[in-house]
Amino acid sequence: MRLGPVTDDTGIQREEVNLLEKQIEEISRLIPNAHTAMDLERLRKRLEKLRKEVFSKLTPWQRIQLSRHPQRPYVQDFIDLIFQNYVELHGDRRFKDDPAMIGGMATFHGEPCIVLGTQKGRDTKQKLHRNFGMPQPEGYRKAMRLMKLAEKFSRPVFTFIDTAGAYPGIGAEERGQAEAIAYNLREMARLTVPIIATITGEGGSGGALGIGVGDRVFMLEYAYYSVISPEGCAAILWKDQEKAEEAANALKITSQDLKAIGLVDDVIPEPEGGAHTDHKLAATLVDQRLQRALAELKAIPVQKLLESRYSRFRLMGCIAESNGTFQTGSEA
Amino acid sequence: MTWFKKEKTPIIQLGDRTVRTEGLWIKCERCKQIIWKKDLESNLNVCPACNFHFKISAKERLEQLFDRGEFREYDKGLHSTDPLHFVDKKPYKGRLKEMHSTTGLWDAIISAEGKISGKPASICAMEVAFISGSMGSVVGEKITRAIERCLKNKFPLIIISCSGGARMQEGTLSLMQMAKITGALARLDEARVPYISVMTDPTTGGVTASFAMLGDLNMAEPGALIGFAGPRVIEQTIRQKLPSGFQRSEFLLEHGMLDAIVHRREMRDYLTKALDFFGY
Ligand SMILES: [Zn+2]
Repeated sequence: MRLGPVTDDTGIQREEVNLLEKQIEEISRLIPNAHTAMDLERLRKRLEKLRKEVFSKLTPWQRIQLSRHPQRPYVQDFIDLIFQNYVELHGDRRFKDDPAMIGGMATFHGEPCIVLGTQKGRDTKQKLHRNFGMPQPEGYRKAMRLMKLAEKFSRPVFTFIDTAGAYPGIGAEERGQAEAIAYNLREMARLTVPIIATITGEGGSGGALGIGVGDRVFMLEYAYYSVISPEGCAAILWKDQEKAEEAANALKITSQDLKAIGLVDDVIPEPEGGAHTDHKLAATLVDQRLQRALAELKAIPVQKLLESRYSRFRLMGCIAESNGTFQTGSEA
Repeated sequence: MTWFKKEKTPIIQLGDRTVRTEGLWIKCERCKQIIWKKDLESNLNVCPACNFHFKISAKERLEQLFDRGEFREYDKGLHSTDPLHFVDKKPYKGRLKEMHSTTGLWDAIISAEGKISGKPASICAMEVAFISGSMGSVVGEKITRAIERCLKNKFPLIIISCSGGARMQEGTLSLMQMAKITGALARLDEARVPYISVMTDPTTGGVTASFAMLGDLNMAEPGALIGFAGPRVIEQTIRQKLPSGFQRSEFLLEHGMLDAIVHRREMRDYLTKALDFFGY
């Protein structure tokens, strides 16, 4: 895949990766002997090391490209690979079923639960059907309906987030996109069952947060979570959409940045080279983290769970007061 | 009146003298009528000809609503620390300083307590002149503190929104203010303490998609732009012109999102009736 313009030392390293890949291929085609085998081994080791270095030095903009990779595992993939006995549930009982938001009953290591999230499509037909993973109000209302179902029967909720944002359209506005998201934020704050939210790809603003108020919030390594898309930010603040790369840097939206300021609880590592290289392994890594989180949350009495969910978000902000600086989760 | 249509400063003939009247006359954004500034002010900054509601400052708003214009301000000195060291065309720090010197405020909101027709009320009024009234950590914190004070002393809460949405310069922290405020609103709701949301021009983005839509009463001034996505973003997405009146107060009322559209002149009366109903 293309990772954007080659402007830094990771670019030089990427060129070396390409060169090494070519050399390995050429040597592999030679008649094997002890000498070529040794060469191959040496080159492969070097390649592995370089790949690691390249991926550890990706710029925020390059990470965003990875989060949008067309082969990245989508929410349905994570549901299929992590959960058992999944039964999809449709509709918001008010207007329609939104294919950009999916969810249903399932079991997670034997435990009944509700799992839901935004869904993108892989081919053109699917993309259109899923509205490019951008939910309408009915999607958020369906999600809340499922969460209330979980609450009624004391089942934990797993949400998965991979959306560029809530859909900005005429119908969405007519049917109250803002109200649908606002309502979810308030109701998720007081839902009496554990909520674990995982941002697997794109965490696009209010459309992501609309199913993202959790007791634990995780991010995959190359996911991003932002108040606005870098393109949108560039268009408004730089008056130039071409400045998206600069905006991506300024917004501090990578998983590491957000973990550092305490907005996400943990970063879930991805397979070498990104989640798209190995869906199964990516899902296993998510699964392991979710298991640990659920075990922790199940041990907490409901009242305390709600208290700590409240303070989790209550403490977010960086503020100075005349009588001192009030900083949360951030470097002073 | 044709000579007024030019954008130049109007000139008035006084006998044989001419007087430049810069700042004394204002052109209505909607009906283009030229209005004498004093007339506009005595009409609460509403166009006497077409009822267009001009934007007013947070301070003016509070003075219009509280008895005798008196109120006590809270959390006045809270200000942003520029947590991301954000720089776009200019540094965010510099922008904040500039805004402070033009508005006299430290951020885009005033949190106040006072009386409306003798009834206690807490009002948070957003200041659109401060970085488009955008919501960052300070706005989030001041509103949350106001909610927590209302929880404690059972005062009704009124939030007057006037905002372009979440503040980009504080990144994801701004987004999290939506969750922070709505979490506090859930508690206010549970405690049965009333919350009235008043939406004014403009109320968009993360402000609409969090506290502005969650009032026990949602009301708006006439003609205010209210929505989730901005009209420009929608036009670019769907590649067609938006119908006229789209995302205006009247459109929202028609689609069931508002309890009422209330003229600025009637706002105090309306709030008084609501507070009566809530038992204050
Ligand atoms: Zn007018």
